[in-house]
Amino acid sequence: MITMRNVHKSFGAQKVLDGLDLDIPDGKITAIIGPSGEGKSVLLKHLIGLLQPDSGSVEVDGESIIDLRRTELNRIREKFGMLFQNVALFDSMTVFENVAFPLEEKTSLSKEEIRGKVLSALEDVGLKNIEQKFPDELSGGMKKRVGLARAVVLNPKIILFDEPTTGLDPIIKRAIHQLIKDTHAKFGFTAVIVTHEIPDIFDVAQNVAMLFRGKILQHGTPDDIINSTDPAIRQFISGSLDGPIQMV
Amino acid sequence: MLGTAVALSLIRELGPVLTALMVTGRAGSAITAEIGIMRITEQIDALETMALDPFKYLVSPKFIAAMISLPLLCAIFDVIGIYGGWLVGVKLLGVNPGAYFYEMENSVVWRDVYSGFVKSFSFGLIIAWIGCYKGYYAGHGAEGVSKATTESVVLTSVIILVWDYFLTSVLL
Ligand SMILES: Nc1ncnc2c1ncn2[C@@H]1O[C@H](COP(=O)(O)OP(=O)(O)O)[C@@H](O)[C@H]1O
Ligand SMILES: [Mg+2]
Repeated sequence: MITMRNVHKSFGAQKVLDGLDLDIPDGKITAIIGPSGEGKSVLLKHLIGLLQPDSGSVEVDGESIIDLRRTELNRIREKFGMLFQNVALFDSMTVFENVAFPLEEKTSLSKEEIRGKVLSALEDVGLKNIEQKFPDELSGGMKKRVGLARAVVLNPKIILFDEPTTGLDPIIKRAIHQLIKDTHAKFGFTAVIVTHEIPDIFDVAQNVAMLFRGKILQHGTPDDIINSTDPAIRQFISGSLDGPIQMV
Repeated sequence: MLGTAVALSLIRELGPVLTALMVTGRAGSAITAEIGIMRITEQIDALETMALDPFKYLVSPKFIAAMISLPLLCAIFDVIGIYGGWLVGVKLLGVNPGAYFYEMENSVVWRDVYSGFVKSFSFGLIIAWIGCYKGYYAGHGAEGVSKATTESVVLTSVIILVWDYFLTSVLL
């Protein structure tokens, strides 16, 4: 269980999170939706202590992760895997080395076992015969999938996905969603997915939360969100230009 | 006189300082650029999310490398400098070869070598420290990294000269 209570975060004069409350239940897939630039990535980074709130609390399994010493924070971070919005692969390592890196650093598996795990993780995301390529030799969608493989290769308890399917073609998008669903059914991790894939995500997630103006506007089952009467949510789901969400 | 002048100036001052300035230009800038790029592309954040300490993975190896390699490079610099002096002085200008090395042996004391070693060791620390710091706090994008690299080289060079002056007055 991850809980955020009354979290405030500003960058200079810009208020991004404004008293946000959110509960992320264990073992479920929670999707976070909301307009671009509303602070979804910022929210995600608070869950793993990459950003610290100006005020408010963030707890993972009942332990606060605010102002922790590095060793303490790392103990909690061992539970996490994360896919960044811009992937953040190690660009001087090959694809193979990128996915093998967490295994080499965090486990005592043999070279052969690591090799097997890396290749099967890459195959799961539909990548073959690219292990020796460097990230700058891959397309955007391939990078995303390598990042995905790297995030899940240690079987973490909690996985944070920042827009895992943005920029992918419809078939790979479907495949990634299926992959998340299948591995979730198998391992039962807690997943938080920041996404714009509407309506696909209603099929993947068990919980959906809409972030708007620094707060969670509504958090419920996909049906709750689909049938929401909130004008901002209705507008967002239908992709209409008229409503409280104003694009300049 | 020539042997003494060459050996003392190289071992005490020129060796450590010039080596450090060369390494600053070559490796200090590389350290800043590498860490700066990893910073702005969130690779350092990625390390952190894997519960790995960027300090341990990125910073400390560079400190260790700089502190080991600077004294070694400085020693090579000194040796080559001394033989360069021999080549010009003895072979070209006709100084007595025995005198060249005899003077050297007579004038250089252990303390000179030691102070040269302390200097290059501490210069290694300065290069790694400023290189990593400037990279870690690089600004935005390619320009941010390029600025950080320039600042790193300039600041390291200036601090090396100032610190050298200070060490000379303390050690000798
Ligand atoms: N490190 C940062 N420094 C300053 N502003 C930031 C930073 N990170 C995010 N922001 C701002 O916070 C807002 C939310 O960003 P983000 O969380 O990336 O949006 P999104 O919901 O699209 O993921 C944006 O307006 C962005 O400009
Ligand atoms: Mg984002």
